[in-house]
Amino acid sequence: MEKNKIIHNGKIVVIGGSAGSLEVLLQLIPEIKYPLSFAIIIVLHRKNSADSSLADLLAAKTKIPVTEIEDKEPVLANHIYLAPGDYHLLFEKNKTFSLDFSEKVNYSRPSIDVAFETAADAFGADLTCLLLSGANADGSAGTRHAKNSGGTVAVQNPETAGSPQMPSLAIQHTKVDLILNVDQMITFINAL
Amino acid sequence: MITDNEIGILLNDLLESYGYDFNYYSKASLTRRINRLFTLDKFTDFATFRVHLLSDNNYIKRFVEEITVNVTEMFRDSSFYKALRTDILPVLGTHPFIRIWHAGCSTGEEVYSMAILLHEAGLLHKSLLYATDINPGVLEKAKSGIFPLGNMKSYSENYIASGGIDDFSSYYTANYEGGKFNQELREKMIYSTHNLVSDRSFNEFHLIVCRNVLIYFDKELQERVFTLFDGSMGKLAYLALGSKETIKFSDIQDKFTQVGKEKVWRKIK
Repeated sequence: MEKNKIIHNGKIVVIGGSAGSLEVLLQLIPEIKYPLSFAIIIVLHRKNSADSSLADLLAAKTKIPVTEIEDKEPVLANHIYLAPGDYHLLFEKNKTFSLDFSEKVNYSRPSIDVAFETAADAFGADLTCLLLSGANADGSAGTRHAKNSGGTVAVQNPETAGSPQMPSLAIQHTKVDLILNVDQMITFINAL
Repeated sequence: MITDNEIGILLNDLLESYGYDFNYYSKASLTRRINRLFTLDKFTDFATFRVHLLSDNNYIKRFVEEITVNVTEMFRDSSFYKALRTDILPVLGTHPFIRIWHAGCSTGEEVYSMAILLHEAGLLHKSLLYATDINPGVLEKAKSGIFPLGNMKSYSENYIASGGIDDFSSYYTANYEGGKFNQELREKMIYSTHNLVSDRSFNEFHLIVCRNVLIYFDKELQERVFTLFDGSMGKLAYLALGSKETIKFSDIQDKFTQVGKEKVWRKIK
């Protein structure tokens, strides 16, 4: 495509978050450098709602296009993708997204575990997972799977998290690569 | 964990021994479903799983029912049902007779939702709701019209959000099995197995509803199903998809125009 001249370096960053993670994103997203040579995918626990106000909120803070994912869309560089509410988000090996309305996992849909696990299967060492604040066990199994598939795992420093349980559980269950506060996340992502 | 290679073997077995073709399903979801079933049914190795699937005629039924997703709700996406009430049903009402196809209806919650809308619009008496699914088991549940009472509160909220003004509980009778929906609603429903992968068109419809089914298919199969739908619709008929599904970029898109903001298209050519 002529319009999309940015070369995808093959990497993706999947960010999972629950309670307390929106404030982190609102600090993080404006600081990410444009253009982006990889894709960022955000999977948040939120209320079942079809409205796209969260995408609008984030889009107002960056030049990088922010869109809610549609089924079978390709994963492109220089894009911030938002998992839609009330669907699981999965990654296909042909580097496209799939959606799934199956049973909730960890009482959640989208489930961060489902996104991390299928991203690990599709992207292997090119995957970076970033797990943010949350009062839930979701994401732990996914970070372990990502790690076993050669990916990089970063979690928010629980001491800086509004709800420390989610990053703490991941640290307990997985040998995470990085424990970051928000400033360090910005430096880390901009260096990928 | 079952490898991609082993999944390929299973899919081939299913096609050769049972005629089910899952080769064009979305792989990420299908892989999760098969692994989930493998764990759920406590298999320890792939070979045992495979033999069981090939030799036990009852297990194939369970297998297909479990690897396909049968999670559904009544009046899910209230704005969609609101659009049906205000924009689509009044147009359908001008026909002497209304044929609707719920393709991939699962346990029937959306079919009952539609019957309630038709009833409230005074159109149910001249409507027929054809509801099909690949799984005979879920169709039996749909035919029974019995749904868990624990879900009724959220269904009632969805119903009100969709513009419903009646007392939702007047549509069912609560008993020990669950909420049994009224016979009047069920009289206009025709349930039958139909496989979107391999079966053909069987009628011409004024409205086809196929919501959150195509997300389980890859692009190629989606395209085939769109062609099947196109061939099952007269001019000016409607097609309704799930909130994250689209006919954009498909071969049939030039023949259709989107109606409002919902994922509803009207055939114009």
